[in-house]
Amino acid sequence: MIEVTGLTKKYGDKTAVNNLTFTVQPGIVTGFLGPNGAGKSTTMRMIAGLDAPTSGSVLVNGRPYRNAKAPMAELGTLLEAKAVHTSRSAFNHLLALAQTNGVPKSRVTDVIDLVGLGEVAKKRTGGFSLGMGQRLGIASALLGDPQTIILDEPINGLDPEGILWVRNLLKGLAAEGRTVFVSSHLMSEMSQTAQHLVVIGRGELIADVDEAAFVAMASTNVVLVRTPQATELRDLLIGPDVSVSSPEAGLLEVHGLNAEQIGDVAFEHHLRLHGLAVQEASLEEAFMEMTRDTVEFHAQTTEENAGRHQVGAGEVR
Amino acid sequence: MTAAVLNRQDVGVTPRLAGMKVTQWRVIKSEWTKFRSLRSSVITLLVAVLLTIGLGALISGVVAAHWADAKPDERASFHALDTSLSGIGIAQLAIGVLGVLLLSGEYSTGMIRSSLTAVPRRLAVLWAKISVFAGVVGIVSIASAFGAFFLGQSLLSSKHISVSITSPDALRMVFGAGVYMVLVGIIGMALGGLLRNTAAGISSLVAMFFVIPPVLGLLPSSIADRVGPYLPSNAGQAFWTHATGTHLSALAGFAVLCAWAAAAVAAAALRMKRADA
Repeated sequence: MIEVTGLTKKYGDKTAVNNLTFTVQPGIVTGFLGPNGAGKSTTMRMIAGLDAPTSGSVLVNGRPYRNAKAPMAELGTLLEAKAVHTSRSAFNHLLALAQTNGVPKSRVTDVIDLVGLGEVAKKRTGGFSLGMGQRLGIASALLGDPQTIILDEPINGLDPEGILWVRNLLKGLAAEGRTVFVSSHLMSEMSQTAQHLVVIGRGELIADVDEAAFVAMASTNVVLVRTPQATELRDLLIGPDVSVSSPEAGLLEVHGLNAEQIGDVAFEHHLRLHGLAVQEASLEEAFMEMTRDTVEFHAQTTEENAGRHQVGAGEVR
Repeated sequence: MTAAVLNRQDVGVTPRLAGMKVTQWRVIKSEWTKFRSLRSSVITLLVAVLLTIGLGALISGVVAAHWADAKPDERASFHALDTSLSGIGIAQLAIGVLGVLLLSGEYSTGMIRSSLTAVPRRLAVLWAKISVFAGVVGIVSIASAFGAFFLGQSLLSSKHISVSITSPDALRMVFGAGVYMVLVGIIGMALGGLLRNTAAGISSLVAMFFVIPPVLGLLPSSIADRVGPYLPSNAGQAFWTHATGTHLSALAGFAVLCAWAAAAVAAAALRMKRADA
């Protein structure tokens, strides 16, 4: 378990992380989402004790990580792909880390095989591709068979096969009762891996919710109705909380009613429906919606969207 | 998930792998693995050996070959021991650079974040690094100082100007020359940790040992004589050479150099403990 309480990190005048509070539970994969520069890496470095918080605290498995007796059994980390001396071989890199905590040598070869680096284990890591570097980082995270695992953007640079492998690995680790906390700036990846999401923007907590709840919270579901009697139906549906638009003849986009309600209205008034479909916002869209105002470096073209409100913002911290 | 799994997470965990725990000895073993697995550190160490013995032998050989032409004042200021150890003046740079690299290399590559995550009580890493360095470099540089001495003396003996290891102070000076290199290397390592940058670390080391001493010599002797002996290089020469540039005793020179090393290590330790990695 990771408990983050009132965590704040300032670099001079700049606040990288501002008063974050959340808990990462064991047994599930928790995604840590935010645009680039949102403070994800800084938060993870503070969890691992590399950076000291300006204020607030982090507990890993119930105590500050620095107090751990067998740190690598408590927490495995992948904080940047190449936290490795480039002139050293993968095997010796992992062996040196293993020796500090008394991890047996056999475990070093085990994790090398697990991540698929067996053939290059004796080669200098300086020649590794980004994907191989990620695999090495994952190997070092798993070295101590840790209870809690934090990975910063682990799928960067991996091929599709590697991405699938990481996804299954993380789910497997969580299923064993471990705490798994994975950052990404890619929503689509998290939607396939994480059951719970912690979303931050500009160092502040935006959401700490189940994946499904996040989508529901951040989006208004739209119902698409295909009908030859569009005008009649529209007049029947429109109301104080319901808006209807018609992107093309015979097609209505209804906000504020669900499919059952629309179907019932049509049935009662003997109107023909040729199509009735709920268009759920994807996690990606929900994420874009929620972090729109917090992206640190807006491209000029997003200016026109600035006026758009955050749907459901009242329910979100 | 079973209740047992949940309970285990309350405060700390029982390692899944038996016997896991960080100890100072284990961190030392890890630092030894790191040291021996970098070709650059092994090569730099060999360069230092080569400079100590090779340069010492070369200069001893040249002096012996030209002894007949030497002027009286050259003969008067000649010390067989110093001549055979003259390679150390350059070899100390290789050892100092090795010291800088061992810490700055971890910062420049990002390795330090792996090291300090594995050992969050950070100073254990610094103590282990210093221990391994002192052990390895100590053995190698003391051995090569003796090698340089005996090879140099055998070359000088052809002109009957050599000294024996049993002559006054000889054993202490040869041994001291090896210890001197270790202390220079530890200062280098501290500079590497303090500045976290290889170029800056090496520059400061060179300034400390090769630039400041001659510059100080340009100042009025009233200042130079008062400050000079306390510079690390001059303090060192008080215990491993017959150099006349210092009025410190061998023991005082050793104490002054140790104080420099201790101060540098303390500063590096403070920065390592306090600053973000």
